[in-house]
Amino acid sequence: MTRHGRRAFLLWLLAMLAGTAIVWHSRFSADMSFFLPARPTAEQQVLVDQLKEGAVARLLMVAIEGGDATQRAALSRDLRGRLAKMPEFAAVQNGEAGSLDADRDFLFRHRYLLSPAVTPERFTVDGLRTAISDSIDRLASPAGMMLKPMLARDPSGELFELLRQLNPGAQPASRAGVWASPDGERALLLLQTRAQGADTDGQEAAIAAVRAEFAALAAAAGIADARLQLSGPGLFAVKSRATIKSEVTRLSAIGTLAIIAVLFFVYRSLRLLTLGLLPVLSGALAGVVAVSLAYGTVFGITVGFGSALIGEAVDYSIYYFVQSGRSGVAAWKTRFWPTIRLGVLTSVCGFGALLFSGFPGLAQLGLYALTGIATAAIVTRFVLPRVADGGAAPRDLSRLGAALQTAMAVLRRLRWPTLALALAATTYLALHHDRLWSPNLSVLSSVSRADAELDTALRADLGTSDSRFMVVVRGANREAALQAAERAGQALDGLLANGTIDGYDSPTRFLPSSAAQAARRASLPATDELRPRLQIALADSPLAAGKLEGFIADIAAARQAPDIDRRSLDGSGLGLAVDALLLQRPNGWSAVLPLRLPAGDPAIATAAVRQALAGSGALVIDLKGEFNQLYNDYLHEAVLLALAGLAAIVALLAVTLRSPRRLAAVLLPLVLAVLLVIAALHLGGERLHLLHLVGMLLIVAVGSNYALFFDRAAGRLDADTLASMAVANLTTAIGFGTLGLSQVPVLHAIGVTVGPGAVLALLLAAMFVPRETSA
Amino acid sequence: MKRFFAGLLLLALALPASAAFDIGQLMNDLARNPGGKAKFVEKKFIALLDKPVVSTGELSYSAPDRLEKRTLTPKPETLRLDRETLSIERERQKLTINLGNQPEALAFVDSLRGTLTGNRAALEKSYLLHLSGTPDKWVLTLLPSDEKIAAFVQRIVVAGSRNQIRSIEYLQGDGDRSLMLIEALDSR
Repeated sequence: MTRHGRRAFLLWLLAMLAGTAIVWHSRFSADMSFFLPARPTAEQQVLVDQLKEGAVARLLMVAIEGGDATQRAALSRDLRGRLAKMPEFAAVQNGEAGSLDADRDFLFRHRYLLSPAVTPERFTVDGLRTAISDSIDRLASPAGMMLKPMLARDPSGELFELLRQLNPGAQPASRAGVWASPDGERALLLLQTRAQGADTDGQEAAIAAVRAEFAALAAAAGIADARLQLSGPGLFAVKSRATIKSEVTRLSAIGTLAIIAVLFFVYRSLRLLTLGLLPVLSGALAGVVAVSLAYGTVFGITVGFGSALIGEAVDYSIYYFVQSGRSGVAAWKTRFWPTIRLGVLTSVCGFGALLFSGFPGLAQLGLYALTGIATAAIVTRFVLPRVADGGAAPRDLSRLGAALQTAMAVLRRLRWPTLALALAATTYLALHHDRLWSPNLSVLSSVSRADAELDTALRADLGTSDSRFMVVVRGANREAALQAAERAGQALDGLLANGTIDGYDSPTRFLPSSAAQAARRASLPATDELRPRLQIALADSPLAAGKLEGFIADIAAARQAPDIDRRSLDGSGLGLAVDALLLQRPNGWSAVLPLRLPAGDPAIATAAVRQALAGSGALVIDLKGEFNQLYNDYLHEAVLLALAGLAAIVALLAVTLRSPRRLAAVLLPLVLAVLLVIAALHLGGERLHLLHLVGMLLIVAVGSNYALFFDRAAGRLDADTLASMAVANLTTAIGFGTLGLSQVPVLHAIGVTVGPGAVLALLLAAMFVPRETSA
Repeated sequence: MKRFFAGLLLLALALPASAAFDIGQLMNDLARNPGGKAKFVEKKFIALLDKPVVSTGELSYSAPDRLEKRTLTPKPETLRLDRETLSIERERQKLTINLGNQPEALAFVDSLRGTLTGNRAALEKSYLLHLSGTPDKWVLTLLPSDEKIAAFVQRIVVAGSRNQIRSIEYLQGDGDRSLMLIEALDSR
């Protein structure tokens, strides 16, 4: 090694060590933030908040199968008993009688501060007469009869006012005293984890706890065929993380081993193999370092893209070793390096376009690949020649090259059939252009079909709504947000009264603003005012005023009672309900008011809600609509980015090649490759989405490397160069092809598009080499 | 104590009554009633109140297990029982209760439904039955056999003529009482 070589090597080593230190301290994540918008609108921010912290994201549905109905009910009771005591769970429900008593006691105890019906008018003579007469009328109904034991203490019916807001809707079916599916074949439980939806570790621990407790209970009860079914957003997050984790390891291992095998066949030397992997390792490391420094967090999927990067980055060292073997390093630098450099630049253009994406996962992939490829190329050009001087030569590939030259002649005869095929593909794509792209974000989710079906079934059994529509109001602090929620609630009450909406929830049901609590407290009369009013109001009533001492005492106590605050709700299920609807944001507080809309077109109801809340600053949100909007935004943006990337590549080639004819010769095979691959994928039943679209750009970015060699060779494409291209193409195809095996849709889509695309790009470039430059 | 005496009374009456007109015969009569509409007046005697709470409305029943109670006064309300699902509609609100969650409430509801359908087995699952009177003027008394149900309802007395029910009286667990008088609108 020369002095220069040593210096270059030391510099490289230092950079690698620094990189390793950065990667060591990087945060890796496999959660859904990969898909969440980097620059969300106010509506999208609500979506993000709901997914990360909302109640819906903390929901776990549990089904118990096997045994008989009594055994399942016993398991359900025991499981609830155990889980309810665990810190992992904020609420455990299975429909057991008495399980909501604590909540009802809380509402009764605090009824005068909670009831929206508490106004000064309600405690006048007329107000009391009406309210008490209504309560007595309600005793005629079985619904009112449930409140009979409370009548002497709550004659104005505040508990009724509170309970009627909490429209429980339809309850799940029931067998042997606990919730069950309508056919009775599985017992059901509904859990709320304490961990937030975005806390995948917490979700994993909660799920493991459910499984462990159930296994212990089922074993103790001796029910051999007892089975547990779980579903919910947390489970999806945990499963998808596990899939990504295992795939990152598995795919990288498969890709790396296959590529090493190819390299070993070509190099026949451990030393050359090791040297050949230097640029690749440097690139992969630099990619992770760049992402870590730029984004703070490295997504698992980004690392999973590594096998494609290895396949692509290893090309440069293959070119170097094979091409410089006969002609020497100096000749390689002048003859081949400019072509390779141009190929690197086109690849950089392709991946660089992704950097501008608002889809954070895509931007990360772009940065990772761009940095990786550029680094690998630079290390190949500036470090490799200095550390690799002399030594073993790779296997003589001239026989392979000669065979390939013969094959090219055969390929050329397929020009017209290929053009006809491309024409057919174009026609096919044109005919299907409006059905080509899958219209929703779920295509990017790694939730399996079986899991999605189970989730739908359990939701239907439990009657859990998907909480799709909601109103969101904001305030600088908790009190302001609660007051805004109360104002929005008043507007919604009007829509509730005329039947536009079926109902709504609000955190202020259980935690009214201090202002509202103070106003209600001030509405309550002093004992010496209340007593005579009751006497007059109840003169003709079947309920004698003398029997209402409990009521008088409760009013007196409520006048002295402190405000209900968040801590007052601890220990009841209501605290969780409030937490789920009242979120602290970096710049204030948000209150969420989920809406229940009547059957029919939701657009009519949401338009009415928007109108009722116009000017109040409240957001009316359709989460499903936001999801689809988000995906469509990503898709449109991806189209623009792909076109921009393509334009950059074409501009770069046009400037460098300075000949429309040569430009066309380079681009033709690439365009044909894209057309054929996309048509074949769609024909094969693959659901195309935005990552396939990105894949199209990458076919051009990666494939141009091969087309450029044919262009630059200008009739002197020798056997070695041809052989080096074939090997490089093989490693690229292996790298991307491995991703095609992935169950993660993002990686799979890029893999199945770029893998075949790269091979086709080489074949087509060989096929359409302009006649006068062919060998 | 009250129940003990009631039981003793029933025991004394049981023998002669069953000789003249037995439960099986009544149940057969009732089971032949295919359903129909009736007017009702219900009075609830509640300890806390000086006067009974009176409600009126219509009952309609279609065999075997659909029962609808439409209260018109004092406040409109519709109560529907379909198998195990009880739904209450009142003031634009609809509440659905699954009685399978509440075995005591189900037993209570079954006392009415079992009588309407003449389902002796269903009645005897939760109650001791006693019949007195003649086919033209009979009185069926139901005493809960389960403590949990007794906490809900101590005694149910159904009176009628042939296959028509004329009145149902509930003595509730807390000592309050309700009496429903029924008048058939059309007997098919």
